[in-house]
Amino acid sequence: MIPAAFDYLAPTSIEEALAALSSDADEVKVLAGGQSLIPVLRLRLAAPTLVVDLGRLPDLAGVRDDGGAILIGAMTTHDELTREPLVSEHATLLAKVAQTVADPQVRHRGTFGGALVHADPAGDFPAAALALDAEMTIVGPSGPRTVPAAEFFTDLFTTAVSEDEILTAVRVPKHTGWGSHYEKFHRSAQMWSIVGVAATVRLDGGTVVEVKVGLTNMASTAIRAAAVEQQLVGQPAAPEVIASAAERAADGTSPPTDVNGDADYRQHLAKVLTRRALITACGC
Amino acid sequence: MEATITLTVDGRAETVTVDTRTSLLDALRDRLGNTSPKKGCDHGQCGACTVLLDGRRMLSCLALAVAHDGADVVTARGLADGDRLHAIQEAFIDHDALQCGYCTPGQVCSAVGMLDEAAGGSPSHVTADLTAERGLGDLDDDEIRERMSGNLCRCGAYVNIVAAIREVVGTTVDAQATTAAR
Repeated sequence: MIPAAFDYLAPTSIEEALAALSSDADEVKVLAGGQSLIPVLRLRLAAPTLVVDLGRLPDLAGVRDDGGAILIGAMTTHDELTREPLVSEHATLLAKVAQTVADPQVRHRGTFGGALVHADPAGDFPAAALALDAEMTIVGPSGPRTVPAAEFFTDLFTTAVSEDEILTAVRVPKHTGWGSHYEKFHRSAQMWSIVGVAATVRLDGGTVVEVKVGLTNMASTAIRAAAVEQQLVGQPAAPEVIASAAERAADGTSPPTDVNGDADYRQHLAKVLTRRALITACGC
Repeated sequence: MEATITLTVDGRAETVTVDTRTSLLDALRDRLGNTSPKKGCDHGQCGACTVLLDGRRMLSCLALAVAHDGADVVTARGLADGDRLHAIQEAFIDHDALQCGYCTPGQVCSAVGMLDEAAGGSPSHVTADLTAERGLGDLDDDEIRERMSGNLCRCGAYVNIVAAIREVVGTTVDAQATTAAR
């Protein structure tokens, strides 16, 4: 289908972009990589009267070292995340997650920031952002503000970014030397997660010192598997210990029922995939 | 709303006025008469519309033409040098890597883009060590399949597609080794 008619603007400065978002157009949509927005427009699930393309904004793409963290520009593509040495070294989980998103063609256009703001509960990056304690930098008419990942995803396809704001960068604390893994269950290589589990773990002499587990598609937003984390901290990183903790992965979840599976099937998957993700992340 | 954009398509500069809603695929096919990229699903699932945009493979159905003013687009048609086919195109013929042929222009563009990515050291989901040095020589069949996973072939010519790409990988690596030995 052809999208409903819209005006198009490609601002060349943040100020110009923010002014466009505050304009009196009926509905404004921000275009990042377009790999989710364009299908949404084509299905007429959204019919904005103005599309603001961030593709010509300078300085919104790329990864840089920021001391104890890496700073990822919102327009950095999934493909760039897989190739960027700073990401492989300090946030390995993100490089692994990026390789599982859709297919290579989509990864060349789709952006990290776009995927986060789209906040598809079946999308892979929100769970990873939770498991890395990422912080989002959001710019609006009154200046920049910072929102932790734990407060960023507010509901189905809804985030803390308001209609007159733009996500500009994501600050990811360095997880250098942490074990990590993303265990994704899907029907074919390009498809969305039926369930996904993002795990990061810091070990000291075989003991789990810190562990963070993010779940994809187990609620209306990505969520942390807090019960699993609490049970595992201070325990030895051993398969049977992990298996026992992973049994709590579905605690407090409210997954959807759809053509790919019932809610109780997803709760079963969450436990199995959490076990696999943690065993791989711990290397045990 | 309409906008006038300039694209370089298969080496030729083209200026066209498009509605802002026009996908790059529709601009290429319907406005510029280049029917090499195919419309399969038209929403980013099948890969038939794959082209190289500024050297990287992407889905032309998931791009607004207006957003790519000034871009360099290469379609499967532009990969050939006149009557001389690209090595990937020759290999697809030699290995019967198609049946109906509808997905082939997308497959071919994707394969060419994929070889560049692999030569540049890009990892894939099946790459074991993300930090190791990599090149074309590391492309085994699992890597080829994973890296070509964005292109569907409903005739099921996958086995021959992998064989065609494997052959080009082999001859390229051999040629590089010969050059290096000289």
